This record gives sequence, C-alpha cells and structure tokens, in this order.
Amino acid sequence: MIELDALSKVFPTPKGGSGAPAVDNVSLTVQKGELCVFLGPSGCGKTTTLKMINRLIEPSSGRVLIDGNDTAEMDKVELRRSLGYVIQQIGLFPNMTIEQNITVVPRMLGWSAQRMRERARELMAMVALEPGQYLSRYPRELSGGQQQRIGVIRALAADPPLLLMDEPFGAVDPVNRSVIQDEFLQMQRTLGKTVIMVSHDIDEAIKLGDKVALFRSGQLKQFAHPDRLLADPSDEFVRAFVGADHTLKRLLLISAGDAADDSPSSPLGTRVGDARARMEEEDRRYLVISDAAGKGVGFVRRHDLRHVDDATPIDTYLREFSTTAEGGENLRVVLSRMYECNTSWLPVVDDNGLFMGEVTQESIAAYLSTRHGASETSIKAPGAEV
Amino acid sequence: MTPTLLRRGCGILCAVIFCWLILKWIGWATIVEFRADLLFYTGQHLLLVLISMAAALVVGIAAGVGLSRPSMAGSAERFMQVFNIANTVPPMAVLAIALAFFGIGAISAVLALWLAALLPIVRNTYQGLRNVDPALKEAAKGLGMRPLQSLLKVELPNAWGVIMNGIRIALAINVGSAPISFLIGANSLGNLIFPGIYLNNAQQMLLGAFATAALALVLDGLAALISHCLTAFQGNGAVEEAA
Repeated sequence: MIELDALSKVFPTPKGGSGAPAVDNVSLTVQKGELCVFLGPSGCGKTTTLKMINRLIEPSSGRVLIDGNDTAEMDKVELRRSLGYVIQQIGLFPNMTIEQNITVVPRMLGWSAQRMRERARELMAMVALEPGQYLSRYPRELSGGQQQRIGVIRALAADPPLLLMDEPFGAVDPVNRSVIQDEFLQMQRTLGKTVIMVSHDIDEAIKLGDKVALFRSGQLKQFAHPDRLLADPSDEFVRAFVGADHTLKRLLLISAGDAADDSPSSPLGTRVGDARARMEEEDRRYLVISDAAGKGVGFVRRHDLRHVDDATPIDTYLREFSTTAEGGENLRVVLSRMYECNTSWLPVVDDNGLFMGEVTQESIAAYLSTRHGASETSIKAPGAEV
Repeated sequence: MTPTLLRRGCGILCAVIFCWLILKWIGWATIVEFRADLLFYTGQHLLLVLISMAAALVVGIAAGVGLSRPSMAGSAERFMQVFNIANTVPPMAVLAIALAFFGIGAISAVLALWLAALLPIVRNTYQGLRNVDPALKEAAKGLGMRPLQSLLKVELPNAWGVIMNGIRIALAINVGSAPISFLIGANSLGNLIFPGIYLNNAQQMLLGAFATAALALVLDGLAALISHCLTAFQGNGAVEEAA
C-alpha cells in the first residue's frame, strides 16, 4: 500500500522566489495490487508527483508512505532500488547487452551471477522474447516494441512490490502499444504488483487503471475508478477532459456478463404452447432455448409459432444464433458486433457456453444511464419490468 | 565486397608509392647515415609525447568530468573559457614561459606539450558527458545508481566516442608540436629537423619531418583502434523488425 499525504512541491523561480506550486496538497492511497493511473494534461503535476515517490524530486512538504514507512527516512538510493522505474524514453543503456540491462539492479544488490542469469531468462520468457536470441544483443538491435518490453522487465528484475511508470507506452506506435498494454495488464494481474503510471491518454487510463487520479494545475481533481470518473465527473474540467463521448467510453469498461439482463430460457423439448404463453406473459418476441446442461442452443421467434399447434415440440422451429457474446467481452466489442449483424440483442454465454442472459440495446442504455459506477447492477429484462 | 576491396587496394598502392617517393627523395644513404640518431630521437620524441599526453589525459578527463557534474552547471562555461584562453597561447610562447620557470630541458617541454594537449581533451570530455541522453541519466538515477556508478557505467561509456575524438586531436597537436622543444634543449625528432635547416641539409630535415609525420599517423591509428573497441556497441548491425 502506498499513501501520499498532503504532498506538495514548489519549485524555486530563477529570481529566488517561489512560484505557484507544481503539486498542491495531493493526498491519495493506492492499495496493494492496484494499478493507479495519474492522468492529466501537460504540466499538471502528475510526473512531478510520481518522481516524488522515488525521490527523484524531493517534496517541499507532505509525506510519502510505502507500507506505512516514510520514504523521507529511507536512503534515497536504497529506496529507488526497491522500486521499479520505467520512463517514456525507455532509457536502455546502449553500451550494455540486453542481459546486462535487465540485471542492472540485481547486480547492484549483489546477486550471484547464476541467480541473475536465471532471472534474466525468466523475465524474457514473461514477455515472450527468446532469451537465447536476444540476451546477448545490444538495445539498438531491437525494435521499439521489444525495447519497451525490456524496459519494463528491467524495472521488474529485482521483484519490486511497487512499479512507477512515466508514460511507459508513449513512445510505441499505436498498434504495438495496444498489444503491449494487454501484455502488461496480464503480467500485472499475474504478478500482483502495485503500479503507479503516468499517462495523458484517457483511453489508456480507462483500459489499464483500477483507479484514476486526474490532475489539473498541481491539484488532484478526482480520484476514482475509471467507470466512476466517466459516469460521474466531479466538475467541468473533468467532464471536458474525459471527453464529450465519456458515456460511450464506459462501454470499454463494462463486460457483457455484467450488462446481461435476466432473460429466461426454456429447455429443449418445450411445447410450443408453453413457449408462446411464456413469451406473451413476458411480452417478448423471441425466447432462447437451452439444452439440459444450460447451454444456449438457439432461439425461437414468436412470429414463427403463430399458427402452430400447441402440442408440437419447439425444436423444429429452433433458429441458430447468428452470433453470441462472451461474458468477458467488453460492451464496445459486443455493441459493434450487434450493429454489424443488424440485431438488437445478443445472447451472452460464459466460458463453458452456458447461457447467462441477453445483452440488448435497451439493457446497455439502462446500464449507461446509471451513475453508480462499478457497483453491481441487476438489469431487468424488458418484459419483467411490468 | 569487391568495390571495397578495390578501393582498399588502391589506397594501399597509393600509400606505398607515396612512401617510396619520399624515401627516394630522402635517399637511402641519409637513412643509413642517421640510423642511430633516428632511433634515439624517435624514442625521445615518444617519451615526451607519452609523458605529456598521460598527464593531459589524467588532468583533462578529470577536469572534463568535474565540469560536467550537475553541481557545476552554473560555472562550467566560465571554467571552459580559462582552458580556451590557455589554449590560444601558442606552444612556442608556452615554451618560452616554461623556460623562464624550469630552465632548459625536458621538463619545460613536457609542460608546454601538456598544456597544448589539455584543451581538446577537457572540451570533448565535457561536451561528450553533457550530450549523453538525459533519459539515460534519468534511468540510471531512477534505477538506483549512485552518481559514481552512473558516471562509470552509463555516462562515460556513452561519451567515449566524443572523448576519444578529443584525445586524437590532442595527440596530433602533441606529436606535431614536440619537435619545437629542440629549441629549449629537449631531445625530439626536432634534433634532426632544425640542424637540417641550419646546415641546409634538406635530406636530414626531411627525414626528421617524415619520421614525425609517420609517428603521428601510427599513434593516431592506435588511438582510433582503441576508440573503435570502446564504442563497439554502436556498430551498424541490422535492426530486426518485430512486434
């Protein structure tokens, strides 16, 4: 856990006076294992705040506590060696091989050669780079994306509990950036590292952050879960920064499983009469049919059953799903697929293919109009509201 | 490959022809006549150069490093001016001044050569270190390197190219200026050149001059080789494009 307590920084002006504070009374707490993004426009104090954590910049006032220990009382160099640090320019040392770059901190900590060699190989495997092929190369022989990955694992080499990252993916092209972000998120979840990352990119913050701290002119404007930030901006500045389309941006944060309503399904072999009755009762035009295990196998439309005898098993009229949504997919992808297939609803299935409910344009709209952020919602299927 | 080989072959051929013409001009008899002098004075010349260069390297690199430290940022340029002014005094004048303090002999000569070699080394060490990518310095600091570790492991290795250029310039100045020290009684290849001039012995003078030039080329080649080894990591290997 890391706590910033009333942290401020005033840089002296060239004339010897003190100007406006670069960082003004910032307090926030990042829990262990969380990824917190410091977000804001240029010159808002986010980088200064980050650098005060590893004391590359000394705070003018206030404290930084890491697991309850005041960093001002630690040796500066020891503190930095115990924290991972990644910079935008990557900063791999061109005079060292990749292996020497990765093991910079372990070497300073006095690890044995054997242990360093093993650690370097382990880290390379983590970012899917072939150790035999790359460890003896120099940084200039690697592509930008590969260098960025090395920059991240160099920071992780001595297994620090906290990783500080200053716009780590800013220098990578958009396609690679997205891939590296995904890889990094995966790695962060697996390793359970606490991460504080500076970014000016709202989309990056939404994608990666468990918490987002939005800065302006040295002040912390809002500190919240990204969905909360988008759903309920605290003031006009935050609203402007998150963008006029902030509601649509929330789509990225919501998984299909969360936005699925509680639509019913009927088992295979149900008689047409029962299905029709159920649809009429709930005012539905279609009904999902599942097998004995609960897997969605298809659906029937009320229209198809109009002149059919009540006793007929429904299986004959079963239509296959044109497409489905995975429970873990975000709504942006799901919505895109709905428009692509020109449909107003999609069945949501979990990893095992079990039917979880439906995502409809109404259920998405209902979710987005709420302001309760990340808290659980239970969306009613349209027919069930009455 | 072939054009490179061809070019190299042509170069070597030209050099051989050039040397042959010079030797022809000096005359084989002259070389045989001054054989013992040539060896002795080349040795003395080398000694002057090595002592003054060693002193200039120690002082120059130390001063360059010192001036490039962040704590010196405000006053570094002013100190550089002092080195600049010192460098505008020609070696001849320095010889005369040194003569007044240390008298005739090698000590004055070493002092003058040291001073002449100092500025390029200080200037390039200072510039080389200052031009190291700030991102590298920030990364070194952020990863927890102490200032000395950052200097030795990151800053100096990445400034070697520029520093070595300064050393090569200093070396050329040094080897080329050393013959003048004949005038204050120090032994160097000047002991062949100046008597050659005074006695109107063109062959003797040319022998001294050619030996000085050859020495400068050999030492510069050595320095280039060292420079190449120190900056091997900057080679031109193909960059592999991959995600």
